[in-house]
Amino acid sequence: MDAVIIDSGGANLASLQFAFERLGAKTRVSADPAEITSAARVILPGVGSAADAMSRLRKSGVADLLPSLTQPVLGICLGMQLLFERSDEGNTDCLGILPDEVKRLQPAQGRPVPHMGWNQLSPVRGDPILEGIAAGDYVYFVHSFAVPVTDLTIASADYGIALAAIVRRGNFWGTQFHPERSAATGARVLANFLRLS
Amino acid sequence: MELAARYRDEGADELVFYDITASPQGRSVDREWVSRVARVLDIPFCVAGGIRSVRDAEEILNAGAEKVSINSPALANPCLIDALSARFGAQCVVIGIDSQLTPRGYRAYQFSGDAQLTQESGRDVLAWVREVQERGAGEIVLNCMGSDGVRKGYDIEQLRKVREVCRVPLVASGGAGAVEHFRDVFAQAAVDAALAASVFHSGSIAITDLKRNLRAAGIAVRPPAGEMHS
Repeated sequence: MDAVIIDSGGANLASLQFAFERLGAKTRVSADPAEITSAARVILPGVGSAADAMSRLRKSGVADLLPSLTQPVLGICLGMQLLFERSDEGNTDCLGILPDEVKRLQPAQGRPVPHMGWNQLSPVRGDPILEGIAAGDYVYFVHSFAVPVTDLTIASADYGIALAAIVRRGNFWGTQFHPERSAATGARVLANFLRLS
Repeated sequence: MELAARYRDEGADELVFYDITASPQGRSVDREWVSRVARVLDIPFCVAGGIRSVRDAEEILNAGAEKVSINSPALANPCLIDALSARFGAQCVVIGIDSQLTPRGYRAYQFSGDAQLTQESGRDVLAWVREVQERGAGEIVLNCMGSDGVRKGYDIEQLRKVREVCRVPLVASGGAGAVEHFRDVFAQAAVDAALAASVFHSGSIAITDLKRNLRAAGIAVRPPAGEMHS
């Protein structure tokens, strides 16, 4: 098994599973703490609201387990936001693995919210997850809340304001965009993650 | 399936599948088919066609779609928008609107997938655009029926009016016949995306050429597959 995808109860895990399938990787969807603990890599997906996702993660015991994981962990979209301390979305206390708070995207220069569409990556510092990715490569975003650019940011994106597109601290990575729907660039990010150990 | 793979390889930015006869026929789109397409697509995938309940939407999303697009069922039961948005988040909920200019202004139409059953819904389009946003729509696809199928260009005037009241992403639909039509709708109606079907299916516009042209015209689009950004 190359990675366990945490079942946070939301719909839409299929597109992520299919993306790993296209890379020839074996994944399993699970909410079982023992299975997650022993996984080579862990993916925290997320579609839906922060409050819903956190309450499901608390109920299954995964919320307590996640901060103690030592293998590579990748949070995707809402999954990335959950790694932080708190989200404006429903005033939700999140996992607190990463400092900072998730803020509502303020429409800047007349840009619509949600930020939904293809946007360009600006790498801020080198990281194995960015291997083969160039400044200006396009990835697909869908979100209404965002994390500001801080020293955890390894790539940013510009949507009238600068926002964190990829973050990392230690064994925890997060992408605000959806690599599973970001064509070749997204596939590269996932392939890079699968090489981490 | 072949079209899906072709569009993926040519650099399409999103694929929308409309099962337009689903609503008029009282059924909803085939889950198995959605799943087969989702397996090969590495770009966003939106599915429309007779999605009348949270359960319908959940099955479509679980089959691998990113978003569901609702048109006739939302007109029949606007509360469906609130329910879908609360359950899956606004980003999953696209509202399709079939709009036509009448003596009473722009009106929304239902069951446009079947000419025999197509009917005016009784709703003013601009009011409906405001309402669906309040109810939690995350994106609006405006299909201008007057220009649809004619290939004479998007209905810029109407799209501009809708843009003024639309704070969520707005997708233009109906009328694309030439590369300039795409350029004009981005430049003049400030839409976030442009949708077309027949010109791509027939091959009269190649996505690769279209994107090169749009980029040359200074419109920010993701480069065609395999080409570097500048």
